[in-house]
Formats: sequence, structure tokens, C-alpha cells
Amino acid sequence: MRYIRKTSYLQDIRLVQHRGHLLWYGLALLVVFTGPLWLDRYLVGEFALVFIYAIAGLGLMLLVGYTGLVSLGHAAFLAIGAYTHAYLLNLGVPLPVAMFAASLFSALVGGLVGIPTLRMTGIYLAVATLAFAVIVEQVLVHWESVTGGFRGMAVPKPEFLGLDISSPAAFYFLCLAILLGSMVLVMNLLRSPTGRAMTAVRDSETSAESMGVNLARTKVLVFALSAAFTGLAGALFAHRLSYLAPDAFTLITSIQLLLMVVVGGLGSLHGVIFGAIFIGLLPQGIAIFRDAAPTAVAQIPGLEPAIFGAMLILVLIYEPLGIYGRWCKIRLFFEEFPLYRKSTYKRQKSFLRTERLH
Amino acid sequence: MSLLAASKLSVHFGGVKAVQEVSFTVREGEVFSIVGPNGAGKTTIFNLVSRIYDTTHGSIVFAGQDITQIATHKVAELGIARTFQNTELFERETVLNNLLIGCHIHRKTSLLEELFFLPSVKRQELKFREAVEDVIDLLDLQSYRDKIIGSLPYGVRKMVEIARALCTRPKLLLLDEPSSGLNPEETEDLSFWLEDINQDLGITIIMVEHDMNLVSQASHRVMALADGQLITIGSPQEVQSHPQVLRAYLGD
Repeated sequence: MRYIRKTSYLQDIRLVQHRGHLLWYGLALLVVFTGPLWLDRYLVGEFALVFIYAIAGLGLMLLVGYTGLVSLGHAAFLAIGAYTHAYLLNLGVPLPVAMFAASLFSALVGGLVGIPTLRMTGIYLAVATLAFAVIVEQVLVHWESVTGGFRGMAVPKPEFLGLDISSPAAFYFLCLAILLGSMVLVMNLLRSPTGRAMTAVRDSETSAESMGVNLARTKVLVFALSAAFTGLAGALFAHRLSYLAPDAFTLITSIQLLLMVVVGGLGSLHGVIFGAIFIGLLPQGIAIFRDAAPTAVAQIPGLEPAIFGAMLILVLIYEPLGIYGRWCKIRLFFEEFPLYRKSTYKRQKSFLRTERLH
Repeated sequence: MSLLAASKLSVHFGGVKAVQEVSFTVREGEVFSIVGPNGAGKTTIFNLVSRIYDTTHGSIVFAGQDITQIATHKVAELGIARTFQNTELFERETVLNNLLIGCHIHRKTSLLEELFFLPSVKRQELKFREAVEDVIDLLDLQSYRDKIIGSLPYGVRKMVEIARALCTRPKLLLLDEPSSGLNPEETEDLSFWLEDINQDLGITIIMVEHDMNLVSQASHRVMALADGQLITIGSPQEVQSHPQVLRAYLGD
């Protein structure tokens, strides 16, 4: 067991709270930074995709996991980011500027979507965001002068200061750097007043408002931030696809993104990473499985969505905190070994809820 | 001097007249209790003052400012903090984070500063933490600091909610049945704490309470309501022996 002696308030504010963090996260960073050295060229590309999913996941986690607002339309923000980025690159705008603009434009649209959805929660919000995603999809198809419609749109190779960063390893590091930067921003946000206001809105709107949290402002802000990160991921996703077409940003993509944060573990940044690895690598896992399995099983059509769906159901039933929840239990098991009690995480029913006002 | 003045306060939900033409004033520095049988409109009055419900008729003036129409989240900034009848804490957060949200209205940093966690944000966080620790000290919550609310017993949650309200540094504290769910010992502690909050911190308190012992021990004046109407306002003894109050509680 680890007991931390606290002698300063700063200890609760720091991102790295004790030496154990330094050791384990340091090791994790070492592993990802040396990744391209020992990973297969193909897997380097796959991990870049995992990082891209993780960036989008950060955005969605802010919205779903920390503010309690559901979105079934995040593929739209991914698309807005990707198309804006590609369009600007085609105009000759440098990569960082295009990326920033893509993120900013996505945030703007996110904020605008946030306003009409202020009074909605739960299933109604999910349907509203779904509708938004459908609209965006139609715009991508029909606004041919900008998006190229069904013909699609080529994405120039990523290039920065004359350097070509289209090789898998270079692109891997680009995605990794942006992911780490985004994570720091999100962690900073979560330890400051705005982040706390978000969790307050999630847990009780009534009392958040009575504590002086401006509900409307907080929700619109979170929508914008969420869209900003997802748009940023979209910009990188454009390079990954190298040719944009509307069918890359469908309802399935939105569901995958939502699945990522739910399976990873709602309300934790670890969950984003776990979820991104899950979503990014599961298709590979299924492909390997298809190769190994007997022909009768391997040729079942639609195996992938079926496994995704089954995973989601199993997680919701048995581990509502997702992979991160399971991770916590395993960690506690080793920390308290051999004294771990199974009932530590037993869910308690509580009957203390005030009658809701909405 | 009156801190809060409600005049001819009414609220109707469709045909239900939950509160009808209730007028009262609360003086600065007093403990003012609202009593009455279930459904008398006590909590509704709290919800009107904290702007969760819209007032149908009448007006509420707080520290010289008309607050009948202001936005709900502005109420805390003016200096009114409240607790809820069945606790409305942020259940998946720690006690510490709950209390820090109480400091929300005192934040001065912008979103950009927070995204980069500039020194200004850090300084502000340390300042908030010190303010929170003062409240933790006052209400003896040290051992619960890092506990998740969902894992705490009800009595502690009640205290955390009062603590969170105190973190906003209010002028007026609205306590909705602070002793409900507390055992007799905790209730006794509560009455001392109420005295501390009222006298040492100089915070005016309005509370809705059923425990008549606590009411007569802690409060200066009492308002009795029944069926949304005002019966009487007076000292605890006067109200307890008022014939109409007795009738409201016991029937004819």
C-alpha cells in the first residue's frame, strides 16, 4: 500500500502526484517514444491511428464523461476538421495554421450546435446531435465546389517547414506530440474551476446552478472544446485517409467514438487511452482472428460490428466504468495483496435523490 | 436592517397555489426559521429565493437589490448560498472537489489561463484551497477530505453540503432541513455549528426545520406556514403556543 504524506497543498495540484506516477508514466512514455524503433512499419501506422482516436476521445470524454452530455454526432466534427484542414492545405496554407484553423472552425460549429441543445439531456440530446451529424454528412455530399461531393477530395502530404512528415514514423510522432499536448491541456482544464464546473453540471445541474455555475455558458463551452479536439483529430485523420470522402464519416464512426469513451471508462483520461487502443486495434485483432479461425467462422459477414456491439453490452452490464474501472480493481488487488476484498467496488443502491426539477 | 425582504410572495403551479402572498423580512445577523406541516410551502419559498422557481406575484429584495428576476446562477454571486432537503452533492467527486466548487464564484481566471494552467491559476487554486481548509476546520471534516461523496454516510453528506455553501462566503445561508437524517448527537453538534456560523462568521441563516428543539435553541425568530399561507412570525415560544399553529399541526 502506498501512503502519501502531504505537506503542501501543491501536492494535490501537481499533475505528477508522487514518484510512482513518475516511474510508471515515464516508462509508458519511453515505450511510446521508442515505438517506431521496434514496431513493425504497419503497426506504427496503426498506432498513429490509435493516437488520433485518443485525441478525438479526449474531446468526447470532456463532453460525455465529465459533463454528462451525450453526443451521437461527433463524426461530424471529425469531418469538419478533416475537410477544413484538407481544403486549407490545398489552398497552400501551412500545416500548423491549417490544423489550428480546422480545430477552431470545428469549435465554432460545436458552440453553435451547443446553443440549441442547452435544454436537452440524455436521449433527446443524442438524437439532436445525431440529426446534426446527418446534416453535415449531406452537406459534405452536396457542397461539391468545396468538398468534392462523392468524388472526394485529395489530401496533400503532410509537410512542415519543408520537411516531409508523411513517413509512418514521422506521422506517428506528429500524432503523438499533438496527443500529449492535448492531454496536458485537458488535464489543466480539469484541475481548474472550469473543469470542476463541468463535473458539477454532470452530477447535479440544480446545485451547480445554485453554486453560481452558469449552465448555459458551461455547456456551450464544453461543446466547443469537445468539437475543437475532435476537429484537431479530424485534421490528422485526413492525412491518415489521404483521400476524403463522405462515407468515412458516418453514423458508425460516431458510434465508434462513443463506444471508445464508454468502453474505456467514462470520467477518466486513462479511459480515453484504453478506449482508443481498443477501438484502434480491435479491427486488427478481428482480422488476425479471421485468419486463424476455421473457415466456417472466419467467413461470417459482419463479424466486426457484432463483436463491437457485444463488447459494449458486456461492458455496460459488468463494468460500467469500462476498462479503466477494471484496471483500478486489478491495481488495488496488487496494492492490497493479499487483503483485497471483492466488495470494495460493489455498487451500492442509494435512495437519496431529490426529486429532479426537469 | 433587513437583509432579505419578501413581499406578497406567491407562486402558482397550474391551479396549485403553493405559496400565497407571504411577506416576511429577515434581519441581518439573525437565525430565522420556517416551520410548518408538510406541503406548507417552506421549501418552495427557498426555491423562490434561490431563483430555482419563478415567482408568480410579489417581489424579493436582497441587500437592497431586487432579485425577483435575476438568473439562477447570479444568486450565489450576490451572497446567497443554500443546501437541499435531500442533499444535492456532486456524488462522483471527492469532498474536497465539492467544496472547491463552492469557490467557483470567486474565480477570476479565464479559460485560456486555465488551459495552460498559468501561475495565476495556480495561485488562485492555492487560495481556494486555503479557504476550503478553513471551512473543513470549522466543521471537522478533515478525515473525509479525499473521500468520494457516494461512499459517505448521510449525516456527513449533510455537513459537506453546509460546508460547500459556506465556501461561497455567503451573506445569507439557506438551510433546508439541516437536521433531517441526523441522529440526536449529530443534531446537537449541528446546533453549536449553527451558532458558530451565525456569530463567528456573521452569516445570516434562514432554515426550514421540523425539529422544534433545534428551532427554539438556534433561532431568533420563527415563521409558521400552513397550506402556503403565513400564520405568524414571532419568537420560538410565541409561535409554538400560537393557537393557529397548533391547529395546523394537530387539526381541529
